[in-house]
Amino acid sequence: MDDVVEYNGTRLTVIEPDFKEYIDPKLIRRMSHIIKRGVAAARECLNDAKVDMPGAVITGTAFGCMEDTITFLTRMVEQNEELLPPTAFIQSTHNTVAAQIALMLQCHEYNNTFVHKGISFESALFDAIMLLKEQEADNILVGGTEEMVDTSFKVLTRLGLYRRWPVSNLELFATESKGTMGGEGSAFFLLTDKSSTDNLAELTGIKTLYKPANIEESIRTFLKENSLSIEDIDVVITGKNGDTRNDAIYKNLSASVFSNTALANYKHLCGEYPVSSSFALWLASNILKKGIVPEVVFERKTNNFAPKKVLIYNHYQNKYHSLMLLAAV
Amino acid sequence: MYIAGLGVISGIGNNVAEHLAAFEREEAGMADITLFDTIHKKQLPVAEVKLSNWALIAMTGLPERSSRTTLLSYVAAKQALDDAAIPNLNSFRTGFVSANSVGGMDKSEDFFVDFLADNSKGKLRNVFDHECGSMTENVAEKLGITDFMTTISTACSSSANAIFYAARLIKNDILDVVVAGGTDALTKFTLNGFNTLMILDKEFCKPFDEHREGLNLGEGAGYVVLVSDKVMTTLNKEPYCKLSGYNNSNDAYHQTASSPDGTGSYLAMTGALKKSGLNPSDIDYINLHGTGTPNNDSAEGTAVKRIFDPHYPPMSSTKSYTGHTLGASGGVEAVFSALAIKHGIIYPNLRFETRMNELPFEPQKKFQKGKNIKHVMSNSFGFGGNCTSLIFSKV
Repeated sequence: MDDVVEYNGTRLTVIEPDFKEYIDPKLIRRMSHIIKRGVAAARECLNDAKVDMPGAVITGTAFGCMEDTITFLTRMVEQNEELLPPTAFIQSTHNTVAAQIALMLQCHEYNNTFVHKGISFESALFDAIMLLKEQEADNILVGGTEEMVDTSFKVLTRLGLYRRWPVSNLELFATESKGTMGGEGSAFFLLTDKSSTDNLAELTGIKTLYKPANIEESIRTFLKENSLSIEDIDVVITGKNGDTRNDAIYKNLSASVFSNTALANYKHLCGEYPVSSSFALWLASNILKKGIVPEVVFERKTNNFAPKKVLIYNHYQNKYHSLMLLAAV
Repeated sequence: MYIAGLGVISGIGNNVAEHLAAFEREEAGMADITLFDTIHKKQLPVAEVKLSNWALIAMTGLPERSSRTTLLSYVAAKQALDDAAIPNLNSFRTGFVSANSVGGMDKSEDFFVDFLADNSKGKLRNVFDHECGSMTENVAEKLGITDFMTTISTACSSSANAIFYAARLIKNDILDVVVAGGTDALTKFTLNGFNTLMILDKEFCKPFDEHREGLNLGEGAGYVVLVSDKVMTTLNKEPYCKLSGYNNSNDAYHQTASSPDGTGSYLAMTGALKKSGLNPSDIDYINLHGTGTPNNDSAEGTAVKRIFDPHYPPMSSTKSYTGHTLGASGGVEAVFSALAIKHGIIYPNLRFETRMNELPFEPQKKFQKGKNIKHVMSNSFGFGGNCTSLIFSKV
């Protein structure tokens, strides 16, 4: 977060690591971007947690393996269904990332993939929390993965999701306009029910809402269910994305329930995508662990302090809303 | 976790009654492809639902642009909800957990032809609902279920996973009623995909036969209505059965092929037995995954042998009737499993002739009903080594 990259355009792309550090080089060649990124992020997550074998693998993705899907579709049309190679098809299923992680780790445990639009990642997280409560598994690997390929970017642009003119990502919120910047990414987390000072943060609450009638009321209720009020929250991370229609909700909340709270945003760093809340969860966990909110994410500061409680509020196209509550350990 | 309602649509019928009749007549649903233009027409048999998109639109009242996957889903899910006939449904926390493998691909692949020729072309309404989650959302909206919805996609085990996820939502006191299962319409994309793997039989499939040559694709949707103990007491009917065991395990062997000893399927079946507290000898019928591919049936058969030898319960693959309905198959076969318990049915494995050399057992050949079936195991295995077994038990 000290080394922020500036983009000019309508799309933010993933800054990729050297995949050879995470994946057998023989396998890398056949893997699409989402698979490489997902597997590498999962490996890094396990390394950080010093865990070799997770108790379950759960992923969330709205669009799944777009690169392989489009490759196969293109060949099918261009070659009139003849002499098609199978690789793109077999890697096009939505559970490929979770499957490749299981294969790499030789992990025979529970393996699931949720594909529900703007709450795909939250659904995966929710499943993991239930597994922990059921005492079915510990050290559950949960991730959100999405890739943006040229074709999906073109189609989503035609559907009106993105800016019509290039913009700097660092000016995204300063230039109010229709449309946002497209994004993509992979973020993985290891969930345990064992408390330890080594943990990054504690996830104390999660809720998803479909077309809520009154989001302000829903947020207050959610906090109450977690025995908190808004005054207890040190920072709210919102899903503001620079699109006037999208951000109207955040604007209203910033003047009402969030009026006295420090506010932070993240989509100028990763772009808008259906599982971007996984990026927000990564950000929130690190804020709590390090006790610092990076300057680049602040929208409204309060007094300088080490935050203890963070609320993430994101909505996807004003249909799917999600709330995640985190506390410092 | 009780099962209080069932709904199904597939190549052999548009509702539960038509399925029961087709099973008894021993009539398979496979025929020539009519739904789309393809070079595989008349070459590869498929089990299509015998209703056009227009007929399904008229039947459901859904918008004209709806994916066939959505249309099939709504038909079966509505049947299941109506069948459960839950008084005061609105007073309960109700959810919809649905699965599918390729979302609105039937529409997207049409869009893609025009789009590929000119990126500014292609009707956007055909790609607007491409995402798997859109199928679930559109059906949930139409059913009036908005408390909770989500979508699972793990290839051919998708809807078996949806069903046991739904059961866990009730167990964790998140919901009281869940409509759970899955849907998949036949698409050119999946037809060509499976064709590249060279696992499609040019004749009607022969699951678990020594001379099996692959699977036939099918389409459809199947849903069960799961209710909590509390909701069950308010119903004016007996439940079909309960979901007594479930497990998902990963084969961790290959993206598409099953391991020779069926590790994933073995772990799924033993895990489900453990959860249900049952012994292998308690199982009265196994609804096999039984796709008819050499690899699946060999791996699944080996796993069955490891668990059940030497006392094998009656078993069969109903894919010999419906074809492989992919992401819908776990839901469709959950409905068949519940019906097996309710009516004491053993479904025949059509066209079976020769026992596999490597296995000491063979599937059932004749339709039987009125038997005492207390526990049914249903297997669903998918790409990515995703293996799920469910166990349904008489109440």
